[in-house]
Formats: sequence, structure tokens, C-alpha cells
Amino acid sequence: MFTAAAAALLATLALLLARAVLGPTIFDRLLAANATGTVAVLLLAVIGFLTGRPEFLDLAIVYGMLNIVGTIAVLKFFQYGSLAE
Amino acid sequence: MSAALDMASWALLVSGGLACLVGALGVLRMPDFYTRVHAASLTDTLGAGFVLLGLMLQAGWSLVAVKLAIIGLLIFFTSPAAVHALARAALGHGLQPLLHGGDLPSKR
Repeated sequence: MFTAAAAALLATLALLLARAVLGPTIFDRLLAANATGTVAVLLLAVIGFLTGRPEFLDLAIVYGMLNIVGTIAVLKFFQYGSLAE
Repeated sequence: MSAALDMASWALLVSGGLACLVGALGVLRMPDFYTRVHAASLTDTLGAGFVLLGLMLQAGWSLVAVKLAIIGLLIFFTSPAAVHALARAALGHGLQPLLHGGDLPSKR
């Protein structure tokens, strides 16, 4: 059951990465990167259950926090040209 | 674990994976940026909610379930904020929505 969910999430990651590579504008790439982060958090949680190691959940929490910071930072850098405004 | 709980968790995990897959397919296939935002929100809400709920049913009452709830709350609050900022930035940057002309293959 965890294997099926992990396989579906891996296929999701592949499709999102294809959009991130193809994307015509930077916003498309950023949207795909943000969704990739969400799916990576879910994949970490599922892999933690798949291998019986619940420590992976801590990694998932940290990755979820980094995800929004990364998205907002890239947006701000693209908007203003620097991060220190 | 009782069989009913196991079956419910199985159904939630599989439908969550399916929702994620459908959202990613929408992100890949939709014609312009704003429709892609709509498709990506399916992955962030329905997919994440179902998968985390299914894992929570597997974990039972423990610290693991609390951590899963924290992950769920984190995604629930931060993901719409990030995507909202993204859409506002795109609109402010002058990216126009595709209003008419639904020729899908030429717009990829």
C-alpha cells in the first residue's frame, strides 16, 4: 500500500519536473518547484512509513518549512532584483 | 490494527496518490499559467490531505500522528500563501490570462 502511494508520488514528481523544465515563464517554473516541494514532503512521510523509520517525518517538517521560504525568496529576488529591501 | 481501519487507510492513500497525479497532469497539460495554478492547488489540498490522513490512520495515537498533523497544518497554511504570492506577482508583472482560444496543443 505504501509502495503504491510512493509510486504515484514519484510519477507526480516526474510530471511536475517536466513542467519545471518546459515552463515558458519563470512563474510556471516556480509553480512547479513549489508543488514539487509539497510532493517531496509527502514522499518523505510515505518513505518513512515504507521503511519503518519515523525519523523521516522530522526531515519532512524541515523540508516543508524550507519550501515556502525558498518560493518567497525567489519571488522577491525576481521582483526587486535583490533580497535586502 | 483492525481490518476496517486498514482498508480506510488504504483507500485514503490510493485516492491521495491519484489526486496528486491528476494535479500534476493538469500542471503539465493546462494551457496557461493561471489554469496551472488551479491544477496545482489540487495536489496541495486534496492529495496532501488524503495521504497524510491515511498515514495518520496507520500511525494510531502516537507522536508520529502528531508530527503528521504538524506537517498537514504546515502545508495547509503555507501552500496557499505561497501560491497566492506567486499569482499576484505574475499578475503584477503583466502576465495576461488566456481568455479565448482553447487550442491546447499549440499553447504548450
